[in-house]
Amino acid sequence: MTGQPDPAPSDNTPAMSGAAILVQCLIEQGVEFVFGYPGGAVLPIYDELFGDERIRHILVRHEAGAAHAAEGYARATGKPGVVLVTSGPGATNAITGIADAWMDSIPLVVITGQVPTALIGTDAFQEADTIGITRHCTKHNYLVKDPADLAATIKEAFRIATTGRPGPVVIDIPKNVQIAVPSERRALVRAGSHRYTPQTVAPAEQIIEAVEMIAAAERPIFYTGGGIINSGPEASRLLRQLQDLTGAPVTSTLMGLGAFPSTHPDWLGMLGMHGTYEANMAMNTCDVMVCIGARFDDRVTGRLDAFSPNSKKIHIDIDRSSINKVVPVDLGILGDCGTVLAQMIEAWGGRQPQNLGEWKARIAGWRARECLAYPERSAKNPGMIMPQKAVERLHALTHQRNPIITTEVGQHQMWAAQYFGFEDPNKWLTSGGLGTMGYGLPAAIGAQLGHPDALVIDIAGEASIQMNIQELGTASQYRLPVKIFILNNEYMGMVRQWQELTYESRYSNSYSDSLPDFVKLAEAYGWKGIRITEERDLDDGIMRMLDHPGPVIVDCLVAQDANCLPMIPSGAAHTEMLLYGDKVDGTMDDEAKALV
Amino acid sequence: MPMKIAEAASERHVLAVTVDNEPGILAKITGLFTARGYNIDSLTVADITEDHAVSRITIVTNGPPSVIDQIEAQLERLVPVHKVTDLTTAGPHVERELALIKVTGTGEKRVEALRLADIFRARPVDTTTESFIFEITGPPDKVDSFIALMRELGLVEVGRTGIVGMMRGAQGA
Repeated sequence: MTGQPDPAPSDNTPAMSGAAILVQCLIEQGVEFVFGYPGGAVLPIYDELFGDERIRHILVRHEAGAAHAAEGYARATGKPGVVLVTSGPGATNAITGIADAWMDSIPLVVITGQVPTALIGTDAFQEADTIGITRHCTKHNYLVKDPADLAATIKEAFRIATTGRPGPVVIDIPKNVQIAVPSERRALVRAGSHRYTPQTVAPAEQIIEAVEMIAAAERPIFYTGGGIINSGPEASRLLRQLQDLTGAPVTSTLMGLGAFPSTHPDWLGMLGMHGTYEANMAMNTCDVMVCIGARFDDRVTGRLDAFSPNSKKIHIDIDRSSINKVVPVDLGILGDCGTVLAQMIEAWGGRQPQNLGEWKARIAGWRARECLAYPERSAKNPGMIMPQKAVERLHALTHQRNPIITTEVGQHQMWAAQYFGFEDPNKWLTSGGLGTMGYGLPAAIGAQLGHPDALVIDIAGEASIQMNIQELGTASQYRLPVKIFILNNEYMGMVRQWQELTYESRYSNSYSDSLPDFVKLAEAYGWKGIRITEERDLDDGIMRMLDHPGPVIVDCLVAQDANCLPMIPSGAAHTEMLLYGDKVDGTMDDEAKALV
Repeated sequence: MPMKIAEAASERHVLAVTVDNEPGILAKITGLFTARGYNIDSLTVADITEDHAVSRITIVTNGPPSVIDQIEAQLERLVPVHKVTDLTTAGPHVERELALIKVTGTGEKRVEALRLADIFRARPVDTTTESFIFEITGPPDKVDSFIALMRELGLVEVGRTGIVGMMRGAQGA
C-alpha cells in the first residue's frame, strides 16, 4: 500500500480490539458474506460477529467447503470471497480451496486464527505454520503480530486479492492480537514504495503491432481464457465486439467458457484435451493466434513441439510470468484483458479483415466431423441413459433461465463443458487448474448466496459429490435452493477411462463401491431426492427438480461405459484426437504414461 | 526402452533483487526456487536503506535462457519484490565475494601460505603460531584459485559469503 499513514483514532473514540478492527475493515471493504467455521483461535472474532447485522456469516460444515463456497461466490459475482477459519486444522482444511483459488486466479481473503504470539513455535494446541504452509499457494500472506498493523494489512490484502491477476491472500491473526488494542495505527508500507504495481494498460506500439498482425491474418483465431472472466463482464462484451470487427473464430479454455456465446456461428467450442475437433484443428492450422487471458496449460496444448507449429502468436496477459512460460510467443502484451481489448478495438478503427471465407470453409469441414456425436446406446448398458444426453436435456430444459452451473471434477465436468452451452460470463464455475473433486457443491452454495434468485445447478459425479457431501447441511440451514444433478455411472469415470487407455482396462480402485442411496441421503438433510433411471423419465425428472422450490439431489443413473471424447491422449498433438468409434483400449509407452 | 529424465543445457546468471525487508521474504524467494525447480548457486541478503525498509538480495542461478526469464518473472510477481535486475544480461558488472580461509602449518608451508596470500591480496585477520585465517575479497574465480592453492598448504576451513554484484558505470540498477 502506498500513500499516507492512516490517521490515528482520536482520543475520544473507544479503543477497538483487533477483532473489532477486523470486522470494521471487512465492512469497509463491502463484504456481505463470510464463509467460516469457528474454533479456539478465532473466538474473539466470532464474538465480534455475534449479533452484527452488517455481515452475514455462513457456517459451513468443513473448512474446505468454506474456501470453495467463497470461490463460488467470487466467480459468480466478481467480488472477493472471504473465509474465516481457526488455527491448525481449520487452516489446513482450507488449504485445498486456497490452492484451488491460486491455480484458477480467484480473489479470496482468508482469515486464519493463530495461537497467541507467545506460543508460536512451541507446538501449541492447534498450532500450524499457516504462513509457511500457504506460502506457495497464495498470492501473498501475512502474519499480523500487532493490532496496529491490522487495518492497513486488511486493506492491502483486498487490493492484492482483487487487482492484477486475482488470487487468494491469507491473513494469519494470533489470538492475542485479536484481543489487544493497538497503541497506534500504522500504514503498512512507506509512501513511495515500489511494492505491487500491476500494469493494466499496454503500450500503444504493441497494440498497433497486434492489430496489424490480426488484420493481415488469413487464418486468425482467438484463444480465450479465464482472464477475460476475471477482467469483468465488460471484457466479454469487448471480446464479442472485437470478434465482430475481425471475424476471427473463437475457442476457449475450460475456465473461459461463457466469455463468448456458444450459439455464435464463429464459436468453435472448447479446445484442448477434451475440446472439439474443429477448435483443435483450427488451433493447429491458424496463422495468427491471439491468446487472451489464457496460459497455454498442458491440458490445452497437447504435445508442445506439435502445438500450432506455423502460427504467429500474440499473448495478452496481466501476469508477466504467464508470457513465454511454456509456449514462446511472437508478441507478449502485458495488461488487463478488458483494457487491452478496448485498446485494440480503438486501434482497429475502420480496418477491414482479410477475406476469411476459405478459412471458415475449412472450419466448416472440421465441424462436419461432428466430434460431439455419441452413440445412442451404450454397449455395456444399452437400456441406460447416455450421460451426454442427460447434460443436453438439462441444458435444453434450463437454458432459458440462464442458470449458473458448477461442477465437480471428472467426466461429468467435461461433458458439462462440452454439452452445456454458455452465453454469458460468470455462469460457469469449475475447478480447472487444481482439478478439485468436491468443489461443485460448496461453490454452488456460494454462487446461490451471491445470486439468490438464480437457478444454480451442480453437475456432479457420484464419486466427486461425496468429497464435500457434508455441505448439504449448509444449504439446508440457509434455505438455499441449489440443485445437484449427479451423473451416476458408479465409476470414477475419468480414472476408469485413463485405465482403459493406458493400463489395458485394469480398473484399479476406480469402481464406486458402497454408494449411499442419494435419494434417502437428500431426504435425511431435508432436501428433495429424485432418481432417474430411464431415458423416458429424464425430462420429467429434470422438470420435477426445477419445480421444487428447495434444494434437490437428482441421482441420474447413466451408462457405465461411456467415455469422454473427443480426447487428445497425453503426449499427443492436436491433430491426433481420439473420436467416437476409435479404439480406446490399450496401453502406452512410459513417456506417455508419465504425463498427467 | 526404459524412460530417462532429460536435462537441458544451462547458463549462469546473477540477479539483483530489491525487496521490502519483511518477515518471510527470504523464505518466499528460496521456496519459489525449490517449488518451481530452479537452482540457487549462491544467495546473499542484507538491508540497504537507512530505515532498514529495503533489502537487496543477490542470487546466482543457472538454467536455460527460458528458465532464467521465468525466474525473473516469477520473482517480480512476489508482492514484496520491487525490482529484479539480471546483471548478466544488463551489461558489464562487478561481482565480488568475501571468504575466510583457515590454514594450519609450520615451517616452509606456513611461509609459502603467507607469500601466496600476499600475491592474492588476502589479509591475515587471525594468527596463531601454527595457523592463519585469511580474508580474501574478489571475483569468485580468484577466491576459488586461492582456496585451491591453500588446499595444498594445510587448509582446514572455508567460509564464503556468496556473491554481491553491481552494474558498472554511473547508472543505478
